[in-house]
Amino acid sequence: MPTKVEGWKDEAYGNEVRERIYEFAEEGWESIPDDEHDAWFERFKWWGLYHQRKGQESYFMMRIGTPNGVLEPGQLEVVADVADEFARGPADNPEFGGAVCDWTTRQSIQLHWIKLEDIPEIWDRLESVGLSTQQACGDSWRNIVGCPVAGKDKNEFIDAWPVAEELNETFKGNDDYANLPRKWKVSVTGCSEGCGQGDINDLAFEPAVKIIDGEETKGFNIRVGGGLSRKEPRLARSIDVFVTPEEAPDIAASCSALFREHGDRDDRFNARIKFLVDEWGAEKFRRVLEEEFVDGELRTAGEDLRDEYTYNAGHNHDDGEGHADHVGVHEQPDGNYYVGLSVLVGRMSAEETRELAHLADEYGSGEVRLTQRQNIIVTDVDSDRIDGFLEEDLLEYHSPEPGVFMRGSIACTGTEYCSLSIVETKNRMVRYGRWMQDNIDVPEGMTNFHTHLSGCTASCAQPQIADISLRGMKTRKDGEPVEAFDIGLGGGLGENPQFADWVEMRVAADEVPGYIRNLVEFFAEAREDGESFRAFIARHDEEALNGLVEPEETSYTDPYMHNTKMTWYPYAEDDDMGSSPAPTNGQGEPLPSDD
Amino acid sequence: MGPYPASPGRRERRVYARRGVLVGMVTSIHQLDDGAWVSVNDSREVNVSDLWQLARSDICDCDPTDFLAEGFVEVSVACGRVEARIAGQCIGCGTDGVTDWLELGRADPDTGAFRSVVPSSVHVPDRRRRLAAKE
Repeated sequence: MPTKVEGWKDEAYGNEVRERIYEFAEEGWESIPDDEHDAWFERFKWWGLYHQRKGQESYFMMRIGTPNGVLEPGQLEVVADVADEFARGPADNPEFGGAVCDWTTRQSIQLHWIKLEDIPEIWDRLESVGLSTQQACGDSWRNIVGCPVAGKDKNEFIDAWPVAEELNETFKGNDDYANLPRKWKVSVTGCSEGCGQGDINDLAFEPAVKIIDGEETKGFNIRVGGGLSRKEPRLARSIDVFVTPEEAPDIAASCSALFREHGDRDDRFNARIKFLVDEWGAEKFRRVLEEEFVDGELRTAGEDLRDEYTYNAGHNHDDGEGHADHVGVHEQPDGNYYVGLSVLVGRMSAEETRELAHLADEYGSGEVRLTQRQNIIVTDVDSDRIDGFLEEDLLEYHSPEPGVFMRGSIACTGTEYCSLSIVETKNRMVRYGRWMQDNIDVPEGMTNFHTHLSGCTASCAQPQIADISLRGMKTRKDGEPVEAFDIGLGGGLGENPQFADWVEMRVAADEVPGYIRNLVEFFAEAREDGESFRAFIARHDEEALNGLVEPEETSYTDPYMHNTKMTWYPYAEDDDMGSSPAPTNGQGEPLPSDD
Repeated sequence: MGPYPASPGRRERRVYARRGVLVGMVTSIHQLDDGAWVSVNDSREVNVSDLWQLARSDICDCDPTDFLAEGFVEVSVACGRVEARIAGQCIGCGTDGVTDWLELGRADPDTGAFRSVVPSSVHVPDRRRRLAAKE
């Protein structure tokens, strides 16, 4: 029997929901019938609106999808203005202030504390510069990810940006693919470094070459069924298919139509295509695709470039191989430069965002790009102006030359706003990063050390593909429940992608930095000459890693050890759930309770 | 922990006819956002991340099982009594699993208002059957 969510989607979903959002916005929060909240909030997701967690009723997270992470000239300033004016809640965040922009691991933008009544005005402003929240959440084509420097990368094999752009134009707002059994995440990689992270997507285009009619043809091999969510991570599996760039929309339509028709609508926990690929195997997937969803025969796969992949592959930056992230100053094929800035946990204030938009205009073309490591890239900086740009004050904190621990830190949204999370995340990762930077000696040659902190098993911070994987948990300390983490080691992508082994469980949050310090010190002493951290972990089995070093309290202090989920906002002076001002009206004033 | 079983939210409909007047009550329950929370009558009522003290659970041998709720797998309602099976793990021993049916609270038959149980007090999964069974 189809799930209740499927029933709601049958009644109304996709493009048609927009008009109802306009009506609700016009009439105010209270115009949404009480007994239809769940149904409407499920439908709102398709338009990039996610109702914030308990205690924050009437406020929404708004996600803006930026295909391939590309923000064209003029767009970033509008994002900053919208955040400044509309993304302010009843209380400020002590680390970041009152209006922030989050750059996500899927190259999108998230704003918080959005009021229903403001949505039409926000959409007007975003859409006036070509930005959209359409299908940023919900059960359909999500934001397409890929190489953030596509078209501007010296290591590019094939320019993936036109392909991603065409896929976006074809499938955004397309009613044939608007209502899928679950989310549908697509990645397009064109470089030889693998920075599209295709392995963790539902559908991956991976660079490849094939002889067709006697000619060497560049294009893509197809993989399906990757993903990290819950405790069921899967790497995308090859279905032995090659397509040219021109054929990409057709094969994408076929794959997503197969998912639409054969995905599990009876069980949302089993709905992602990774489970269908588990059940069928790649061979059957290919056969059904060819027999039912493709005109003609599929080509077999071409020769891929996976043995060249360096992105998040555990290499150090100075070992002569390609890049592991996009931080730093890099020359483009046209002689200009792109400058990748490290944005700790992917969060910038509205003010910083506006300043960056101005700098991108002043020194570059005005374009910026978002990466899957929550960082931001300013492109097209003229070689004569690069020094001036690097001296700008904003780059002191959001630096192109960050310390190794700041550079590698990623965190999801956490209990600040998210219903799913078990623990506080972003502020904690900021504190972890600073403490590690100040208190851990960086082993010689280590330029790459990734710590991914995720608040729950949904894995939005991609914890399974990090050197240090942190997943939200609880434990007891002196008898009291405290926030904690399971710790995993050894994950990463590259030629041989590997999910982390979970080796230390339920470590109190204030003992995690001590564990990492002890581990890095042990690595420094026990490593073989020039051995990378990932290689060091890989030559130890799970049993050896378990208990290799101990968690430990240190000078690190953690203000978020209590159950932050039980607060209405973890950083409010009076954080008691009963003190929440929500729900509020369009002016942010508390609405009278029904009780 | 494997993929969770199918669990469409169930909707209870109790209707009383009295002197020709229909007096009705509907308790609507859903588990949403990957089982992150349970909605009762379209109000978010029970979240993941709470620690539940479980006696006589099948999760592990700890007494009580100190159970972290990580996801609501199935929800059910009968006579206003809202129950769920919860995925998670004992933070004492690390064993993970899915609980038997646990009472989350009760919805008032007249107003629909929900009164939650206190997770940190001791709960017995599938209480009614267990109490009826011989020791």
